[in-house]
Formats: sequence, C-alpha cells, structure tokens
Amino acid sequence: MSSTTTTLATATTLRPRTATEADSARLRWGRRFQHGGWFVAPFFVLYGLFVIVPVVRGLYLSFTDANISGEHTGFIGLDNYREALKDDLVWNSLWHSVQFTFYVVPMIVVAALLMALIAHHTVHFKWLWRLCFFMPFLLPSAVIANLWWWLFQPTNGMVNHVLGTDTPWLTQKSTAMLAVVIATLWWTVGFSFLLYLAALQAIPHHLYEAAELDGANAFQRMLHITVPNLRNITGLVLALQILASLQVFDQAVVMYQFGPGPEESTRTFVQYTLEQGFTSYRVGYASAISFILFLIIAAVALGRMWLLRKREEGTLR
Amino acid sequence: MTVPTPTPVMHKPRSTWTPGQIALTLVALALSAVWVAPLLWALSTSLKTPTESVAPPHWIPEDFTLESWKGVLEAGNIPNWFVNSLVVSVCVTFIVLLVASLAGYGFARTEFRGKSALMALTMAGLMFSPAILGVPLFTTVQSLGMVDTYWGMILPQCAPAAMVYILYKFFQSLPRELEEAAFIDGAGRWRIFFTIVIPLSKPSLSAVGIFTFIASWNNFLWPFMVTNNPDLMTMPNGIATVQNSFGIVWPQLMAGGIIAGLPLIAVFVFFQSQIVRGVAHTGLAGQ
Repeated sequence: MSSTTTTLATATTLRPRTATEADSARLRWGRRFQHGGWFVAPFFVLYGLFVIVPVVRGLYLSFTDANISGEHTGFIGLDNYREALKDDLVWNSLWHSVQFTFYVVPMIVVAALLMALIAHHTVHFKWLWRLCFFMPFLLPSAVIANLWWWLFQPTNGMVNHVLGTDTPWLTQKSTAMLAVVIATLWWTVGFSFLLYLAALQAIPHHLYEAAELDGANAFQRMLHITVPNLRNITGLVLALQILASLQVFDQAVVMYQFGPGPEESTRTFVQYTLEQGFTSYRVGYASAISFILFLIIAAVALGRMWLLRKREEGTLR
Repeated sequence: MTVPTPTPVMHKPRSTWTPGQIALTLVALALSAVWVAPLLWALSTSLKTPTESVAPPHWIPEDFTLESWKGVLEAGNIPNWFVNSLVVSVCVTFIVLLVASLAGYGFARTEFRGKSALMALTMAGLMFSPAILGVPLFTTVQSLGMVDTYWGMILPQCAPAAMVYILYKFFQSLPRELEEAAFIDGAGRWRIFFTIVIPLSKPSLSAVGIFTFIASWNNFLWPFMVTNNPDLMTMPNGIATVQNSFGIVWPQLMAGGIIAGLPLIAVFVFFQSQIVRGVAHTGLAGQ
C-alpha cells in the first residue's frame, strides 16, 4: 500500500490538477472494491464449498459411522481407522495402486525421455512425432479403457494377433494389472514427452557448440550437458506421475467393468473407497480410508518439496 | 539490381539427410506407427459389421459399412451426452478462467490482511483431488441439493488451486510499469485488470483454458459420482456405463469412443503448436 500512496503523491505533484472533494470521495468509494479481497473472493467461495468444506466434513465423518443418507450418525472415535488398519482389502487395494505406480512411472519416464530425444534430434517431421505421441493423451479415460479392452481380447484382439500369442490378458491375475499399465503408458506418455521436449529445447545451444569445439563427442555431450539439464524436469515428471498414479481409478474400473478384476487383482485404492461409500453406503469408513490415501499423497508431495529445498541449499543451482 | 545468388547454407553445409538422420527418422516413424495403430484399429473396427469385427483381425473392412456410426448417432444417447459434455466443459473452462485469473491477480498484485494465509490454504489444496475427496465431496454436493444437476457437475470442477498458482506466477512476472502508469492516470484495479493485464496474459490464459477444457472434457470420476441419470451424463461417463451395459457391440463401442475423442483431436490437429505450448506451459509451471 505504501508504494501506491507514493506514486499517487508524485502524480498529484506532477499534474497541475488538484484533487477535489468529489475526487477523494470517488476514490474512497472506489477503494472499497479496490480491496484485493474482492479479487480472490469468487475463487474462495468455490474453493471453500468444494474443497475446504469437503475436507473438514470428511475429517469429521471419518470419526463417525455415518451412512450415505447421513442418518444414525454416531461419534465412534478412531474405530474407523482401527478397522482400516486391520482390513485386508485396504492393504490389498493399496498394494494394487502402489504396484501400478511402480510399473507405470519408470516406464513413462524412460519412454517419454527417449521419445523426446528422438523428436528433438530429428530434423524433419517434428510435428508428426508430436502429433502421434501426444494424441492419445487427448482421449477420455473411458475411451482408452474400452479401446484396450478390445485390443486385449484373447481370441480376436489385435495385441495377441500382432504378438502371435493367445494370452488371456484380461482374465488372468498375472497380466490383468499389466494390461492397465500398458494402456496407461500409451495414453499418458505424451504429456511427459511434451515436458521433456520443452526442457530439451530450453537447453542453450551454445553449450553444445562449445563442448564440440572442446572435442567432446556426442556421448560426452549427452552425459555432461543434456543429462544435468534434464534433472529438474525429471523430478517434476516423477512427482506428477507418482501423485497421479497413486490415484489411479478410471482405466482400471472401466477395463474390468467396475469389478475388482480377475481374482480381485486390479481393485485400486480409490475404487475401494468409492465401493465403501457408494456400494456399502459406509460414508464414515470411506472418509477414513480416503484420509489414509491423503496422508500418502501429502507425504510424497511434501517429500518432494523437502528434497527440492535441500538441493537448493546444498548446491548453488 | 541483380537477383541475389542463393547463398550456401552457413550452418549445415551437408545435406540434412545424414545416415544418422535417416536411421533416427525411421525409428521415430516406427514408434509413431505403434502409437497411432490403436486409433486406426478403432476406426477400422467402427467401419465393420459386428460379425466381421470379431473375425480374425484384418485392417481393411471387407464389408465396409457406416451402420455403427448411424446406430450410435441416431438410436443411442450419444448426441445427448455430447451436448452435456460440451455444456459442462465450456462452463467449467469459462468459470475457471474468470475466478483463477482474478484470484491469481489478487495474490500477485494486491496486499491485504490475511493474504498469506489464504495463499497457504490454496497451496494446501494442491494435494487434494476428487479421487481423494470423493465421498465427502459427494455428501457436500448432496447437501447442497446439486446431485443429478448440471451445477453439481460443473461447480466442483471450478476450484483448481493449481490454475490459480500458475496464473499467480505469471502475473508476478509481468512488468509493473504499465499498470502503474494506468494507476497514475486514475484507473482502478478492475479497469487495469481487464484492460491491461488480461490482454497481456493471452498466452497464459489460453494455456490454462486449453488444459482446463481437456481435463473437464475427459473428466470421468466426478460426473460418474454425481449423476447416474443417463440424460445428464457426459460423454466419457455414458460410454463407460450405459453403452457397455447393452452387451458388447465392438464397432458401436469404437464409433462412440471416436466421437468422444474427435473434438479434441480435431482441435489439436489445427492448433497443434498452441496446445503443445499450453500443455507444456501448465505442466512446467508445476516446478
């Protein structure tokens, strides 16, 4: 506020016109709506209703035995959380989400990086690679799931046809999650690919020229210029993908028709919370297990922030 | 004046088609083919008859037919879902652009008591998503009487902390001089915002808008939770729940899927560079 008053003061000294009564009245009236709070208010109305209230409500519900209609709500303390820790399906579905994350995240990072390097270093048709690699990302998850459901059909599916196998991808435990992983890789790699491509394009060209003059070969340039310059973006891609993958839901449920998959091998954690809330109508319990997922997500997010800060302090970059 | 003789290219005296380039291009071509193949397969399937679709796989339909396309466009709910998707995504994009740019500007350029607390609250919101909040978000929307309504589908998608953060970062990077000049001329904050800041922010706003539209068009989880009325469903939703429940007719399923994906793909083909920049921009802003 102090800076604005000084600029106003200079303005009045610079200009011949002096402030009149009416001017200051208008200013005073105007100032009411000049308050920064008015700018953030519309967002906070929505944010309050659809983020803050649900968080607080969820926290409250997690200590109750509320059902979907909100009747017979009794405070039961930590019982939901105690039950969750002993619930095999909580651990089971959490394991599926973690398993999915372990498979898909490294695959996406490696594939996205390779694709970006290829697209960056080709001279011609760059637009074509971008178009092909990124296009699947634009499709809805339900379409992806239906498409791969079709591709993975055992007898007349394209995947088996191309591989010359007759693997029952979607009906056996050992390949059920892998099928979801492959579909997800194909679907989402384009996003990380674009981030890598943007990062590659942002590396100053003169670094490579200088290294070439100094006699560095292509491999050395890659190792000493490209790799260090991609470290930040790799951290970002890893974080975004881990956070998204732990919340996997859409592809897995649609590919297995909203069921738990063969021998219950693809029920994800989000799916289990929604089953508890909307199928068993145990809103209190569902809220409690949602908060377990939140704690994991928050740990990952805060862990990344901590790592970033530590690195900033440690090195001068 | 004589016609200037074509000067030799300074930086790359050799042809660009070096053996290395040829090999790299072939690899890229092969990989692109793998990435496009599933989509072409969906298109091929959608042009077959149901009986031909389950015959041993072949690319070119022998019995080329548009029956499945006609079927989903005439008999099914798909045109209806398409309109619902459009209404929801357009509203979400518009509201998000408005509230997020206002809030981003408020955070970047104004000072008021409690601002840092509100910012911290917004940052904390980055860790919550409908996947985590699902059940309590549903009961909240239920108590507002918005289950099975357009508003119930739209409004909960309109409070993205991430977009506020991205625009806040962007507004902070704008030079203050223009705004200060307008301030001296007596313009209020609102006028400055709408006549100076917004026009300067077109690239960032379009990035946020594109990203929001894609996310909303493709949002499955929230519409799935908030409505099971087939008349209100959005495209992804209807395709996954209603269409599958009629028994599987692969050509129809693929035709429906292509219709759901077509608008974004068409827009992408025409505005490729803007969308690529927009997505990269919003993604990178997470750094």
